[in-house]
Amino acid sequence: MTDIASGAAPATRTSRPPPRGEAGAIGWLRKNLFGGVGDGLTTIVLLALLVWGLWGFVEWAVVNANFSAKSGPECTANSPGGACWAFVRDKYRLIFFGTFPFEQHWRPLFACIALFAMLIASCDRRFWNWRLAVIWLAGSGVALTLMFGGVFGLSFVETSSWGGLPVTLILATYGLAFAFPLGILAALGRRSKLPLIKSLCVGYIELIRGVPLISLLIMASVMLPLFLPSGFTIDKFLRALVAVVLFAGAYIAEIVRGGLQAIPKGQYEAADALGLGYARKTFFIVLPQALQVVIPPLVNTFVGFFKDTSLVLIIGIFDLLNAGEQAIVDRNWSGFANEIHVFLAMVYFVMCFAMSRYSKYLERELNKGVRR
Amino acid sequence: MLKNFVAATAAMVAIAGFAGVAHAGKDLDTIKARGSVLCGVSTGLAGFSMADSQGKWTGLDVDVCKAVAAALFGDSGKVKYVPLSAQQRFTALQSGEVDLLSRNTTWTLTRDTSLGLNFTGVVYYDGQGFMVAKKLGVKSARELNGATVCVQPGTTTELNLADYFRANKMTFKPVVIERLEEVEQAFFSGRCDVYTTDASGLAATRATKTSAPDDYLILPEIISKEPLGPAVRHGDDQWADLVRWTLYAMVEAEEYGVTSKNVEEMKSSANPVIKRLLGVTPGMGKMLGVDEDWIVKIVKQVGNYGEAFERNVGKATPLKLERGLNALWTQGGLQYAPPIR
Repeated sequence: MTDIASGAAPATRTSRPPPRGEAGAIGWLRKNLFGGVGDGLTTIVLLALLVWGLWGFVEWAVVNANFSAKSGPECTANSPGGACWAFVRDKYRLIFFGTFPFEQHWRPLFACIALFAMLIASCDRRFWNWRLAVIWLAGSGVALTLMFGGVFGLSFVETSSWGGLPVTLILATYGLAFAFPLGILAALGRRSKLPLIKSLCVGYIELIRGVPLISLLIMASVMLPLFLPSGFTIDKFLRALVAVVLFAGAYIAEIVRGGLQAIPKGQYEAADALGLGYARKTFFIVLPQALQVVIPPLVNTFVGFFKDTSLVLIIGIFDLLNAGEQAIVDRNWSGFANEIHVFLAMVYFVMCFAMSRYSKYLERELNKGVRR
Repeated sequence: MLKNFVAATAAMVAIAGFAGVAHAGKDLDTIKARGSVLCGVSTGLAGFSMADSQGKWTGLDVDVCKAVAAALFGDSGKVKYVPLSAQQRFTALQSGEVDLLSRNTTWTLTRDTSLGLNFTGVVYYDGQGFMVAKKLGVKSARELNGATVCVQPGTTTELNLADYFRANKMTFKPVVIERLEEVEQAFFSGRCDVYTTDASGLAATRATKTSAPDDYLILPEIISKEPLGPAVRHGDDQWADLVRWTLYAMVEAEEYGVTSKNVEEMKSSANPVIKRLLGVTPGMGKMLGVDEDWIVKIVKQVGNYGEAFERNVGKATPLKLERGLNALWTQGGLQYAPPIR
């Protein structure tokens, strides 16, 4: 008691470091990987398998790989058992830009840059006000002007010549951008007390969720033209985009509904007690909280739809994946489909991973007020 | 009820009219006004229609589109390609999304009649065949009783296979694999005795997918007819005529030795057939509604049939296809153009 009261002891008492082998990297290893004989053996066996598998891949992808061949047989002859990255090198412009006129590939390139810039800027919460609308108008304007052309001396390019990355980006970006408000409206409608609105929204959501995306795309591309008057066609790309919007909208609606249900009833009642009308209650009290709750499933859906855009192959639109498939068709390079697929997987991974990291950041940011 | 219907119809008509693309009755007029041919092609089939490394469409089917544009506009570049999947192709043609379907499509009675199409000729005579390893010692498809057969599902190939074996009272074990790459791999790794698909496909597979092409034999029996050709929709015979005679012009040019290299010299030929062909003796172009030197433009920009064949699928290409049935009738094949006179 007196010791403590004097206040001198804590200053002189130094805590000794834990024994070696209990802390730091060695300690972590002992605790997690080599806790006992069984653990140790498992670790060694798995590690050996991992190294073996990884080495096989590295050997194929780097050590034995060929970067300079002019054709498939040359690859096989010069670097047997290795990846033929020369194939990707020969085809990367086809993969990224599809059948867009070759001399004008700078247009889809800058369109992609504009879209990326627009998306990255929209990630910044400081822009989440009227500026967001300006950013989207400017970004979309630049990107679509570059893709379509027909003004400022740019030649007009039909959507049937579009391909590769811009197609994937446009389908995913605008598909989700339009689907998001649609989904929110459908979710609110589903919880509406007005029977007509409610049944319309339930019908839409259940109908769309009851069929696969492929059947919607086929419907949009094969059935719809038959119903339209002869000679009157709607652009194939636009039809696919509408199908994606409708499909994603239904899924987003159900996610948002989950968020709406997660908001305690007290919030609604408090808003009512303050005398707020439906619109103000919904947009200032309920939705901000509901959307925050559903960020993880929303991003999950976004990532999923980003990849689902590749289903447009079925109606002959060349998105990133299908432009890659187009490259594989070339018999001069036959037998090297893996290289293209690995390359495409990396491109998709980079974008999907960025999305999931951003969602994590956003969750942290928005939960600042809740965390202690 | 009736009122609603009338209103809806009026709205539809108004929309169509507003869009300004309603038919004037003739496809050819629409195409001329547009200034380019909308050509439906495959989403990727080596040698027939595929985008090369620069994203430019190449192939035998694509050359048909180019030739038609050369005949009509004098410029083989005035084509807008619309890649179509197998499911979409006929709707796209019926609904006017494309003017011309040149997409390795087999000419059958059903398609020619009930789908409302007109096939305008045969660009490539194909047929289903069998490939086996030589070490099996099989010389004829009739010896294949009890064989395991690699085949892709959902195609006429699968149906023809079953028909053929049933007709010859033989049995077989199908190994059904969806993707081309995988079915080829299964065959060469010995999972099945026989691989069946169109003969052109067999030759291409043998030429490119194995290091020992001599170890494999394509059996002589061709069990189906697959005449692949371009199609247009019903309703504009003049347009159908132009596509039909463009194809014939390419065949006729080959028959009379007119190539992209010598077409200018050939103009001074004394042969009256060549004179008519190249418009030196005028009249042919006028009857089709195109310039008199339409064939000169086709041959100069695209080549004659033989040139297009060799460039896209012939000996010098990875596909290494023989002319076979696609040789001229004078050389034992089926390519025969009615006289251009």
